[in-house]
Amino acid sequence: MADTNPLVRIRGLKIEGRSDEDWIQIVNGVDLDLNSGEVLGLIGESGAGKSTVGLAAMGFTRDGCRISAGTVEFDGIDLIAADAATRRALLGRRIAYVAQSAAASFNPAHRIIDQHTEAPVQHKVFSMSNSQADAMELYERLRLPNPTEIGFRYPHQVSGGQLQRAMTAMAMSCRPDLIIFDEPTTALDVTTQIEVLAAIRDIVEQFNTAAIYITHDLAVVAQMADRIKVLLKGDEVEEAPTRTMLADPQEDYTKTLWAVRSFQRTQKPPAPSSDVPVISIRNVTAAYGSVPVLHDISFDIHAGRTVAVVGESGSGKSTAARCITGLLPPLEGQIEFEGAPLPRDYRKRSKDQLRQAQMIYQMADTALNPRKRIFEIIGRPVEFYLGLRGAEKRRRVEQLMEQIEMDPGQYIDRLPSELSGGQKQRIGIARALAAEPRFIICDEVTSALDQLVAEGILKLLANLQDSLDLSYMFITHDLATVRAIADSVVVMKEGRVVEAGPKDEMFTPPHHPYTDLLLSSVPEMDPDWLTGLLEARGVDNIGDSASARMS
Amino acid sequence: MHSVLFIVIRRLGLGVLTLFAVSVMIFLSVNMLPGDFAEAILGQGATPEAIAAIREDLGLNKPAVTRYFDWLFGVLTGDFGTSFAQANFSAFAGEATGKGGIGSVAAQLEPRFMNTLFLAMVSALISVPLSLTLGILAALFRNSAYDRAVNIGTLSSISSPEFFLAYVLILFLAVLTPIFPSLSNIYADMSMADRLERTMLPALTLTLVVTAHMMRMTRAAIINLLASPYIEMARLKGISPFRVIVVHALPNALAPIINVIALNLAYLVTGVVVVEVVFVYPGIGQLFVDSVKIRDIPVVQACCLIFAAAYILLNLMADVLSIISNPRLRHPK
Repeated sequence: MADTNPLVRIRGLKIEGRSDEDWIQIVNGVDLDLNSGEVLGLIGESGAGKSTVGLAAMGFTRDGCRISAGTVEFDGIDLIAADAATRRALLGRRIAYVAQSAAASFNPAHRIIDQHTEAPVQHKVFSMSNSQADAMELYERLRLPNPTEIGFRYPHQVSGGQLQRAMTAMAMSCRPDLIIFDEPTTALDVTTQIEVLAAIRDIVEQFNTAAIYITHDLAVVAQMADRIKVLLKGDEVEEAPTRTMLADPQEDYTKTLWAVRSFQRTQKPPAPSSDVPVISIRNVTAAYGSVPVLHDISFDIHAGRTVAVVGESGSGKSTAARCITGLLPPLEGQIEFEGAPLPRDYRKRSKDQLRQAQMIYQMADTALNPRKRIFEIIGRPVEFYLGLRGAEKRRRVEQLMEQIEMDPGQYIDRLPSELSGGQKQRIGIARALAAEPRFIICDEVTSALDQLVAEGILKLLANLQDSLDLSYMFITHDLATVRAIADSVVVMKEGRVVEAGPKDEMFTPPHHPYTDLLLSSVPEMDPDWLTGLLEARGVDNIGDSASARMS
Repeated sequence: MHSVLFIVIRRLGLGVLTLFAVSVMIFLSVNMLPGDFAEAILGQGATPEAIAAIREDLGLNKPAVTRYFDWLFGVLTGDFGTSFAQANFSAFAGEATGKGGIGSVAAQLEPRFMNTLFLAMVSALISVPLSLTLGILAALFRNSAYDRAVNIGTLSSISSPEFFLAYVLILFLAVLTPIFPSLSNIYADMSMADRLERTMLPALTLTLVVTAHMMRMTRAAIINLLASPYIEMARLKGISPFRVIVVHALPNALAPIINVIALNLAYLVTGVVVVEVVFVYPGIGQLFVDSVKIRDIPVVQACCLIFAAAYILLNLMADVLSIISNPRLRHPK
């Protein structure tokens, strides 16, 4: 640990971000040491400053940020004092970066391998042909399909998980001493994530590369890091070797992070079979143009119950929601509300039919009109569906805000931009409640939120369900959320329902092999989990390859 | 590649359709012009009988629909009709009029149109590379003194009236330091070098007019992309700022730039009347204005059709090029 000459040495790092005309401090003096060959996990909620610190370790700040104090040394070179040319000579060659979204971080105009060889050729580390040959070896090592050919494709021709591995290969192209991994698996499905995690860990060990691994997912960092540093709002909370940190966190904040996943509702008894379901999806088949997306899916949602629909991206979860709301009229089959069929197209549904099914979206940021005040956002459906105006409308909006546990006096006249992510999502909930529906579709409502905030939202939704007898369709790819809130589960794969049943049954074997793959791919806090899983399943029986074998 | 081909063919079809619609509009609006050729040529002393005779002679008495289709079928076979103004003289001379003859609109337009194309080409060859370079450099050194100077320079040149720019250029490049001739009257049998020399001043004037738009779009389209994750990635790979702009940003900024270039090229073909007048350049713009003055309807219609075709064709090319510049369409999954 106490190496006399660490590879990265950060002392008293302070970073400011511009907010309108003022500079606000967002990192308040962080120290960090990293030895060669070591992996440091940097965790915290969004806004904790982890990405900012990670980038600062490369001597880089994003536009609108500046390093106001402190030193960043890489191998004895002061990166802050160094001129741009010196920094550029290190970036890519000795320090590399792996970004959160490979799809956005690969240039769409160039082939993958041309982007791979750019750094080695520009830094004169390898010749073009050597670097190409090396790229193919790395692709093979990272278990990419067709390693000799995949690099010659454009980024949009390759899947997200493969692209993320190609980016890890690209980071390795000059054999750097240090790689910054900035949430490299956050945008991926669990089954894909595990492949990428295995690949990253393997390659970092193989080349003895030091790494800073930034994530908000504790279970992921437990698999990857030798040491963990916890950040909160720009301050260091604590730092310890991974096993010590997991077994014996010192600070209260860290303990709350560890405790997050404890919220779990008991499963409600299944509704009696004589009950008419609130929403019934009957043999629905749907397509976007000529591309079939859903194949003959059926399931019921009963009053006061939550059905979780799980599956990877592209499995048809959100399409099912679009069919229910009538945004995408199904080609065959029908949607029934309390036993009566709904018109397929939302334009043909009556106001009352529309009122009964509401939606809450994943990105509260984009789902709320940024130019409308909270009163208008919630008041619009109140007026539209219930016909309330003036003082009555205001009273109803205030009531709704109390239901979502936000003080009307303080928030009613604010704009969405003046709220935090969790508060925005609460407004999204209030807007759905304003129509007084029986049924709400929650589309990945917690996946853009930090775990603590997400738990608050889940608890709120659970309370609202009990007091208003609501039915939820909960679209998610996060099985921890399913465990927390669902009564029954529908597992989807490639537009078909592969398994459905009560939650407790879903979490006890035996499963459909795909459900089994999904369940086993969810990272656990145990630092030996990934190693154990790879031994148990075999490196070729995880992620996309295992999933492909099933279909 | 099939999808690209399909899109291109569809765009071409739409282009033809647009041209057809435009031809209807041209015909209608030209026919709505007050006064007619007969009144204009006979002047104040026109007797009603004389006017009626000339109208009869030129077919102006036929119903508008018949005249339109006569004109349209003529155009489709390459016959733009007979110039009214020329028709009289040729009738006296006893020569054949119509397709290819002395009085034919096509024969009258052709040399003028070639001159206009030549001027547009010379201006484009100067202004397009110039504005791309200025725009790329402005994006690279954004918010620097250079950036501001280029912006102020190009904006002032686009904000000044064309004739004013033309006279300023004449003053400095023809009068005070006589490098180029101030008159640009060119002939068919001139050598290329002479032609270029005489065309230079109008070409420079037009360059000043169109550069600002293209340069600012290049700058804006590139800067728009600089916050993208893939640009950040390129920087974090230690790539030089110039290479980041040219290799990583520019290829993704091509579509809007191409569209603005096409618009400006179309302007170079169709919007140069004032410049032609100032430099006495025998282009299509002057002919157009003269023909409107004397109500020489076949020439006016043909000019309008050529202008519309230039716009449609250049925008079509821009569409096709920006489609091709998109790797998602060039390389489908």
